[in-house]
Amino acid sequence: MKGSRAVRTTIALKLLMAVSGVLFIGFVLGHMYGNLKAFAGEGAFNEYAHHLRELGEPMLPHEGFLWIMRVGLIVAVIVHIACAVALWRRAAAARPVQYVAKKNAGSSLSSRTMRWGGITILVFVVWHLLNFTIVKVNPSNGETGGDNPYALLVDTFDLWWMTILYLLAMVALGLHLHHGTFSSLQTLGLTGSAVSRARARATGWIVAIVVAGGFSLVPLSVLVGIIEK
Amino acid sequence: MNLTLKIWRQNGPDDKGGIHTYQVSGISQDMSFLEMLDVLNEQLNEKGEEPVAFDSDCREGICGMCSLMINGEAHGPEVTTTCQLHMRSFNDGDTITVEPWRAEPFPVIKDLVVDRSAFDRIIQSGGFISANTGSAPEANSVPAPRDKAMRAFNVATCIGCGACVAACPNGSASLFLGAKITHLGELPQGQPERWTRVVDMVGQHDHEGFGGCTNIGECAAACPKEIPLDVISQLNKDLRTALKNGH
Repeated sequence: MKGSRAVRTTIALKLLMAVSGVLFIGFVLGHMYGNLKAFAGEGAFNEYAHHLRELGEPMLPHEGFLWIMRVGLIVAVIVHIACAVALWRRAAAARPVQYVAKKNAGSSLSSRTMRWGGITILVFVVWHLLNFTIVKVNPSNGETGGDNPYALLVDTFDLWWMTILYLLAMVALGLHLHHGTFSSLQTLGLTGSAVSRARARATGWIVAIVVAGGFSLVPLSVLVGIIEK
Repeated sequence: MNLTLKIWRQNGPDDKGGIHTYQVSGISQDMSFLEMLDVLNEQLNEKGEEPVAFDSDCREGICGMCSLMINGEAHGPEVTTTCQLHMRSFNDGDTITVEPWRAEPFPVIKDLVVDRSAFDRIIQSGGFISANTGSAPEANSVPAPRDKAMRAFNVATCIGCGACVAACPNGSASLFLGAKITHLGELPQGQPERWTRVVDMVGQHDHEGFGGCTNIGECAAACPKEIPLDVISQLNKDLRTALKNGH
């Protein structure tokens, strides 16, 4: 259409999804690295959690860095979801009559589960925040509060069903990252050749395995007794 | 070969439509898929029934007129157009489901025939270069690097059949758009209008009601001309550059 504006296109929405998604990839990588401190013992883990609150002081107020992160992530979540909803609705409107028979010839499972997988991750994040950050819902031990995050972690994953819940969430996260990493690179226009596309796909695998695998190590180690109080 | 055909019949744009089942026999495996449908239509004519409407033109795989979703795959199980798909790709006794392309911007006209003029309007919005007509210019007066010329040529093979839209779960025409953007954007002649072209074509694409791309890759797998997925990356990159340049 003559006189179209680039910012009003579906590709602009996709670019917003890609940029906010890349922020999440950075966040989960950092978060996963921090969790691995649990292997260094109670002192190191709690020191790390405490240090996150002091990071940037005295230039930043107490918990200042944490709140900058939180506000940034909340904005990114809102942008990511708003664009996803807009694109989902467009996709549904673009095919009002479904096929009687439809095969998937060139798509991965992860690429086809992005939307429902994303909703799964959102529900999990709400639960995860109630469980660990707000510490309102703590099925293992109501007594353990925010003062000893290590004890909270061990108490939580000593429950087998909590470990399974978290592992299932990591499957959803791994699938989302597998396609999301590739998709964001493609949307940002960085996969203009067969070689760069193969590299982007490989990056998707690496990010998914490192993040989902790294996160899963801690609950599994608690369950089998490698990490204990 | 004897076959059971489940074919979408729809008597006009406003008809609800539905799947009808037909039996055909005596099909040679050397027939093309469209010739097999011709046999069915002869049978229907003899019985005084309305023949199945479907699109075809050159029947040699270069015009982009034929379509058909065959057993859930655009242009059927081979990487080619429906007219170049032969019955040897099927087995005696098979049941074959045949449906039209499904997308809001491709409304069904009748049976298996859809209106693909949305693609024409996308081309009209920017899929061209503006050049003065007259005698043909000297071929080597505008040098084009070989790798760019080859890429442009490879994606210029897009015949605009719409298989990418039909295969895409989002009903997006991004592979078609990407092919045209890459084709014109790789060549020197395409540069003056490069940034307005991408914005106008994507704007028209969205206006027609096509969905957004989620980089799933069904389009490239369905494309009879094997247009690769990296043209969508090129499309995104060109739009991002246009955005930066204030378009």
